[in-house]
Amino acid sequence: MKLLRSPLAQVRGLGSAKDGYEHWWMIKLTSVALIPLTVWFMIGLISLAGASHAEVVQWVGHPFNGGMMVLFLLATFYHAALGMQVIIEDYVHDEAVKLASILGVKFVLALLAVISVVAVLRITLFAVMADLGG
Amino acid sequence: MSTVNRPLSPHLQIYKPQLTSVMSITHRATGVALTVGTLLLVYWLSAAAIGPEAHVDAGRVLGSKLGQLILFLFTWALYYHLCAGIRHLYWDMGRGLDLDSVYLSGKITLWASIGLTFVTWIIAAP
Repeated sequence: MKLLRSPLAQVRGLGSAKDGYEHWWMIKLTSVALIPLTVWFMIGLISLAGASHAEVVQWVGHPFNGGMMVLFLLATFYHAALGMQVIIEDYVHDEAVKLASILGVKFVLALLAVISVVAVLRITLFAVMADLGG
Repeated sequence: MSTVNRPLSPHLQIYKPQLTSVMSITHRATGVALTVGTLLLVYWLSAAAIGPEAHVDAGRVLGSKLGQLILFLFTWALYYHLCAGIRHLYWDMGRGLDLDSVYLSGKITLWASIGLTFVTWIIAAP
């Protein structure tokens, strides 16, 4: 059958994954973002080794560290979800099991991402209380 | 389909492991391990968010012999995945794809991940 659509229109947004190159691009984008974020994260963890609750609260409660931590968490969980999807697609061949595994992993990672961000916000509230002398 | 149960390529039973193939699967394995390892990060953050007592409890769990061993292995997994990821981005630029460069960057990645792990633990040691 003669296709009337241009080659560009056929490839855009399609392919076997049904979403073109966006998955590949986002895994690359998050990996670039995670280079400085991971270096920052490890330096932060080293500085917090054996730290008391008050020290952790003061550190995470600083706007720069809190912001970097939320960015690190979001990039990490997004990157993990995309990576796990590729691995499941490569090794799980039963369509139903594959779909259920990908959805299950993504739901769990979304939950962990939200829990961790809420935790950072709650730690920030401890820092505010400490500043108010509470 | 008639293709069901045919062996998949690469045929691992007769495939000689090389630095390149072993490092490739290790990149995936560390990715899966780190995904599971996010549970520890969520646990640590949640404990700090709940309060001082929960933070002390989490510190006791993560500070135990088993906890420290697991954190040590996760440190290496994170540095390995970071270094191997940078190696992948370098390849994405179309560079370092000849056989000599691939083996050289592989060795650099491997030793950098081990070196960074020990440097981290020497600095962070109590």
